[in-house]
Amino acid sequence: MAGNRLLARWGYRLSVVLLLSLAVVWAMPLVWALVVSVRPFAEPLGHGDIWFGRKLTLENFRRAWELAPFGQYYINTILIVLMILGVQIITVTMAGFAFAHYQFMGKGRLFIFILLQMMIPTTALLAPNFATIRQLGLFDTRLAIAVPYFGSAFGTFLMRQSFLGVPRDLVDAGIIDGCSWWQLMRHIYLPPSVPALVAFGLSSASWHWNEFLWPLVVTNSDASRPLTVGLVRFTQLGEIGARWSLLAAATLLVVAPLLITFLIFQRRFIRSFLHSGIK
Amino acid sequence: MNQPFSTPKLKRAPLLPYLLMAPTLFFVALFTVWPTVLSIYQSFFRQRLNLACFREPLFVGLDNYATLFADDRFHNVAQNTLIYALGTVPAGIVLGFLFALLVNRSLRGIGWARLAFFHPALLPMVSAATIWKFFFTPDYGLFNSSLRFLGYSGPENWTGHPNLALLSIMIVALWKNAGYYMLFYLAGLQNLPADVYEAAALDGATGWQTLWRITFPLLRRTTVFISTIAFIDAFRTVDHIFVLTGGGPSRASTVILYYLWQIRFENQNIGMAATLTILFVAILLVFTITNFWVSERQEA
Repeated sequence: MAGNRLLARWGYRLSVVLLLSLAVVWAMPLVWALVVSVRPFAEPLGHGDIWFGRKLTLENFRRAWELAPFGQYYINTILIVLMILGVQIITVTMAGFAFAHYQFMGKGRLFIFILLQMMIPTTALLAPNFATIRQLGLFDTRLAIAVPYFGSAFGTFLMRQSFLGVPRDLVDAGIIDGCSWWQLMRHIYLPPSVPALVAFGLSSASWHWNEFLWPLVVTNSDASRPLTVGLVRFTQLGEIGARWSLLAAATLLVVAPLLITFLIFQRRFIRSFLHSGIK
Repeated sequence: MNQPFSTPKLKRAPLLPYLLMAPTLFFVALFTVWPTVLSIYQSFFRQRLNLACFREPLFVGLDNYATLFADDRFHNVAQNTLIYALGTVPAGIVLGFLFALLVNRSLRGIGWARLAFFHPALLPMVSAATIWKFFFTPDYGLFNSSLRFLGYSGPENWTGHPNLALLSIMIVALWKNAGYYMLFYLAGLQNLPADVYEAAALDGATGWQTLWRITFPLLRRTTVFISTIAFIDAFRTVDHIFVLTGGGPSRASTVILYYLWQIRFENQNIGMAATLTILFVAILLVFTITNFWVSERQEA
């Protein structure tokens, strides 16, 4: 028994050591980027000299900001994400309500039809969708990046699920009181479903904030490029060369808002991440 | 889905539910169904935009499929895709499980450890790859410096070496995704029934036995669920390839979606791109339908 306890205690200590070392290894890339980003521009990294420089400076951030229109990229990304979110909230609420509240012909088939979007990820269809965007005359616009996502099977699925959980009595009372469909949706179905909508919104926003391949394909100028595509172009600029401190600063410019937002809304973010697994 | 009665509204406005879902139906039709149909159609034609003689589509039946399956380049790409998926998914799941076990305790500062594991999942893949681009730098990059410190003396040009390029993008994917899978396991671990563990402890089960005989089997559904989303993700994420290797050297790190992008946007080969799209959609369907089936059963 005593031997067992000794083993357990050593096992515990070992697991703490393992936890610490793995956490350090995992955090290292970002931590190193942070350290390098505040190194003076005039002191490039060298063999055995890869940590702090002689002083701390923010000049890399200023230079990176001047070398590429990160401000414009930010505006583009924010507008694209808001555009998608704004339209999606309306379309998924309406469609979810239709499937949860009504009986109608072809209900099951229409639901499957919409779910097709979850089975065939839009990313895979970039070649034919590019042709559609061209034909619609939307090439190289922010709308082109957003429009394929205006309808969301995942959101419809989630909202329908949430609406089905609303107590039947409450709905009946609303109908007896003479609520219109709009009032039923707005005042009876929607209030208890706000958490589902928020979780969907967060996962949708983080997904589209991070998206790269589709925006790369349908943009061709800084007026419509989002941050992700802008960052990759920045890494390929001739002036950057091996100026890692500049690259580190540019990368941090892109990720800082995400990390800060996460630290503020940690719990909600995690819930929405768990939700988004269904995609 | 069973509604006990039809609502009065339904009788007065039989069109209403259709109108409510019309926008969603429209966008699904335009950006999911139509492109799939278009690709099937185009895959039967030879059409290349960059060669004047092939600019007009010419019906060739199943030629594109035959050409693709006979092409050594495609074999190479298919092999890379398989290595990438089979290399990153199981490793990511094992690491995610390990992380979840390690951080599932109340210890001072445990929140920081969770953040250390989870933060890569928050970053856009291109930023994660950019960070790794200089992390991988030969000579003074921290990755190689640390490896040398541990006794490594092999090649240091990870992203440019024929045998290491694919491995380097796999490492980045593993780093980014393991913390995401951890989250699902952590949620699973915190929902496990406590009485089972009490019984096991009374019966004198060791920690190791409890782990493999109780915890892991109870989390089987979580594991199946994570595997399907992990495979889908492995097939459709190529952002890091654009940043780190460009698919090279000589196609050593090209996977199917990246190849599709090259065929369509570099070679301007519409017919072959459509053929690859159909093939890619078919692969993804296997995993997305499995995913559906698994999550439906989880709810039941």
